[in-house]
Amino acid sequence: MNIYVCVKQVPDTETKIKLAGDSSGIDTTGIKWIMSSYDELAVEEALRLKEKNAGSLVTVISAGPARVVDTIRTALAMGADNGIHIELPESADNNFAAKSLAGALKKEAKVDIVFFGKEALDDGTAQTAQLTGEYLGLPSATVILGIEYSATTLKCKREIEGGSYEMVEMPFPCIIAAQKGLNDPRYASLPNIMKAKKKEIKMLKAADVGASDADQKLRYKNFQLPPPKQAGKKISGDAPAQAKELVRLLHEEAKVI
Amino acid sequence: MAKVLIVCEQRDGKIKKATYELLGASAAAGNETHALLMGEGVTAAAKDLGQYGAKTVHVADHATLKFYTGEAYALAVAQAVKTLSPEIVLASHTPSGKDLMPRVAAKVGVGLASDCTALTFSGAKLVVRRPVYSGKATAEVEFIGAGPAMATVRGNTFSVPKPDASKSADVATIAVDFGSLKTKVIEVVKGNSERPDVAEAAIVISGGRALKSAENFKVIEEIADTLGAAVGASRAAVDAGYRPHRDQVGQTGKVVSPALYIACGISGAIQHLAGMRTSKTIVAINTDAEAPIFQIADYGVVGDLFAVCPVLKDEFKKAKES
Repeated sequence: MNIYVCVKQVPDTETKIKLAGDSSGIDTTGIKWIMSSYDELAVEEALRLKEKNAGSLVTVISAGPARVVDTIRTALAMGADNGIHIELPESADNNFAAKSLAGALKKEAKVDIVFFGKEALDDGTAQTAQLTGEYLGLPSATVILGIEYSATTLKCKREIEGGSYEMVEMPFPCIIAAQKGLNDPRYASLPNIMKAKKKEIKMLKAADVGASDADQKLRYKNFQLPPPKQAGKKISGDAPAQAKELVRLLHEEAKVI
Repeated sequence: MAKVLIVCEQRDGKIKKATYELLGASAAAGNETHALLMGEGVTAAAKDLGQYGAKTVHVADHATLKFYTGEAYALAVAQAVKTLSPEIVLASHTPSGKDLMPRVAAKVGVGLASDCTALTFSGAKLVVRRPVYSGKATAEVEFIGAGPAMATVRGNTFSVPKPDASKSADVATIAVDFGSLKTKVIEVVKGNSERPDVAEAAIVISGGRALKSAENFKVIEEIADTLGAAVGASRAAVDAGYRPHRDQVGQTGKVVSPALYIACGISGAIQHLAGMRTSKTIVAINTDAEAPIFQIADYGVVGDLFAVCPVLKDEFKKAKES
């Protein structure tokens, strides 16, 4: 099988976000970059599918500035076979990224399945998997907790709300967006980290995959940090007194109950 | 004033609260508010959307739409956008809305601003702001190129309008050519929880590692059931196996914005705060007076949650009954 995984590089979740001087974005100085955690599930699922299907190849693709090559290497160290980096500006939106990913996939000889994380930890939009599916004309299923594969179709366990889920069936080729619970991603072993350094990463520009600035549909601007909150009220007394006073305040002052 | 299309959401024929929020916000801004209602056997529910602000409800009532699939629903929304040419298209950032609207954006050829928490209608234009880095910052999103401006909106960004029984909407139908669809829903398995989903609830009460066990969440569940609230959890509590991941609030879980958020035994790690700091009123109950959660709490109770919560449940009950 020809298995593809699209990954995004994002700031580590512990990062304290600071704004750039002109508020046009964030100050990326000193940020530790990681693979978005849902994408780790996507890589793991791709590797497991490869292990069940001898002769399969896993290709990992990332669209973004030069630094995202490190994240492609991380996926290669987990066990992916080769990588594709599409160089996009820092400001590229979901649509520009999806057009580029779809363009790169169209250039591949055969695509059986493409895995994504269900959303990225930086913008959290949950768009790129579906957009890429639309641009490739492939069916996609998002927020996937489990997959049963058969020769020509897959049955996906898709999380909906309130603990409910649904079983969705679709044919290959298709797109899957992984949710936490799908699997437990492996760690890269030291020998695999060494091997990953020698694996090939194909370098492409947007123009090579038929994408351009015209595919940018949104521009993020005027960034703000959340306004500092006023110190709240501390409620003193013993537990019964505290509970009583809290309910009174929520009822009479905050008027939320 | 703008021509606005609200993509409504229903499950089992029941309209979602988030839909009413959008209808109300659009109508309150004086917009020509159209609603799109999709499903099977949903036509009967259309008229009443007028009570919440819809002028005309366009109904796609079709057996194919019995269960939500992104593929079929996106065709219906794209058809409605084509037919109606709205200047603004809004949907809720619910599990369905998030899956659906990117597909629609691609079909229509526009950008989609997801999970917006601030919207201003300015003439025919839409100005939106959304959280980035899970709420550690926010950014304004500018739409480039031809419209419509398309956005999904976080639940509880607007309040539900009071229904006006004197109003009813015009009802029109939208015909959709579904062609041959590739995805199909084979089965829907209902969760066993009667509680609302943490991402949608108006009140969320969450527990952290200090709960010490899954069983101890009972003290939180009892309050939740008294208030009709959802139960949430910190990442530490989920990692410890006390709650399923779907209840997790924070950067690697759900980002919530309820009217009231009660954090019990949660210290307030940066990644948790990112997921709940836009809540309107925040209560923190924690034994550690120095816990970071108190810096963003409107009301802080320094104390043992196991002592406070049972009394709190009784007090809430009394308040509800009075």
